[in-house]
Amino acid sequence: MTTPRRRLALAAAAVALAGSAGVAAAASGGGPGEGGHDDPATGPATVTVTLTARHSRFTPPAVTVPAGTTVRFVVRNLDPIDHELIVGGPEVHRHHATGRDTHHHGDVPGEISVPAGETASTTWTAPASGDTAFACHLPGHLAHGMAGVVRVSPRT
Amino acid sequence: MRRLLTLATGAGIAMAAAVLTAGPAAACGGLVAPNGTVRLLRTSTLAAYADGVEHYVTSFQFAGGGAEVGSIVPLPGVPTKVERGGDWTLQRLARETQPQVLASANEDAASVRTAGAKVLLETRIDALDLTVLEGGGRAVGDWARQHGFALTPDAPEVLDFYAEKSPIFLAARFDATAAREAGQGIGDGTPIHLTIPTDRPWVPIRILALGREKAEPVEADVYLLTEQQPSLMTGSGLRTERFEAASESLLADLRSDQGMEWMPEDMWLTHVRVDGPASDLDHDLAIHPTGGRPSAFDFDRVVRDSTAARPGDPVTPTARPGSDGDGALWPALAVGVALLAGTAAALRRVG
Repeated sequence: MTTPRRRLALAAAAVALAGSAGVAAAASGGGPGEGGHDDPATGPATVTVTLTARHSRFTPPAVTVPAGTTVRFVVRNLDPIDHELIVGGPEVHRHHATGRDTHHHGDVPGEISVPAGETASTTWTAPASGDTAFACHLPGHLAHGMAGVVRVSPRT
Repeated sequence: MRRLLTLATGAGIAMAAAVLTAGPAAACGGLVAPNGTVRLLRTSTLAAYADGVEHYVTSFQFAGGGAEVGSIVPLPGVPTKVERGGDWTLQRLARETQPQVLASANEDAASVRTAGAKVLLETRIDALDLTVLEGGGRAVGDWARQHGFALTPDAPEVLDFYAEKSPIFLAARFDATAAREAGQGIGDGTPIHLTIPTDRPWVPIRILALGREKAEPVEADVYLLTEQQPSLMTGSGLRTERFEAASESLLADLRSDQGMEWMPEDMWLTHVRVDGPASDLDHDLAIHPTGGRPSAFDFDRVVRDSTAARPGDPVTPTARPGSDGDGALWPALAVGVALLAGTAAALRRVG
């Protein structure tokens, strides 16, 4: 069984993996609306990043946004099982790895449940610096590899 | 709090006839349990193939646990008949191939298709509710979820894997409460017998790893009976234990069991043992019932190049299973297996 401690370790590893693997940054954006480019989102306006959840993995697994950008994540769940998107720092992931929250209705930025076959969205604002992990903390999903990273680039 | 759910998908079948276990659990399939207490024990399956028809015999047997558990078994074709299997076929095969454990025999127990799954057949055998479904991986997954099956995170990929090979699945729900009321005890099995016309027999192996941790051991016995000496395409985690003409006494005993009168006078017996970590089971057991080259597609669904075998496209064998006593492997075809078996026991949050 996967323990909460192990899930946290997996989340950290997922971020490191996404970085070391050189996964292409694929934030869609450059302004409101969905994108599909490989270019980093530019901000400062809200940008939309579309993530696809299929076979219990996120695609793309890495996106890049400038510091301070407000990102609207649109998550398309193509699986016959429920998923969720949790974006945030280590404390956020620690909370969800061990917590009781089972449903996220979008009232907390960066946290949204995505029922099987449905699409949902949430907004989140990138910090001033540092990579931020996103993951699905439903039991077993993170261990299966359902995680990615938001790379925050310096604002120029 | 999060509650652990175990999902097992039963696996399927393959060519000829497959039978499941004599000791426990559900045959080549995944199990779905409403709590973490149901244990899937070693499984056995018989796939017998004669005259273009596969007779798949398996037994659903549970070591304990919740009121309801379920299993999903990929099938190579649409069954024309689903009925209660004979009482001793699997046990007799186990005795034939594992005489040393006789004394303890009683202790062993498509990509994304969005259309809804079509129910082809529903029946009840003892405490088992059986449903034959046709649909893509997502459709079958949707059906399973809507009918109370808890799917592990690897289930979507595994269901797609099988749906590309054959869009037919058997969903079995075991009602433990009904079983107890009917006097069935833990460890008692319910044999089922499916009659499946098909020209592409294969035995699902990958499904046995569904919901399991990568290092978790998987054990199962697969028996094949074919009219001629077959060729197998096996892979990691599989070992051919017996590959020989079936004895007259075995065939006579099997023929005397319920629903087994169809068996020819002569058949070839193959016993493949599944014994390895779940991470090894990233493939199925492909079979050519008359000794031709088994389909690489049936092995792992990956058609590697224009010369690779496609479904129903047998080619000349280059090796025979059993000849080396270690299970026949098609080395060239075993290379490049890219699909990973699903892992992870299913956990689920409960509010």
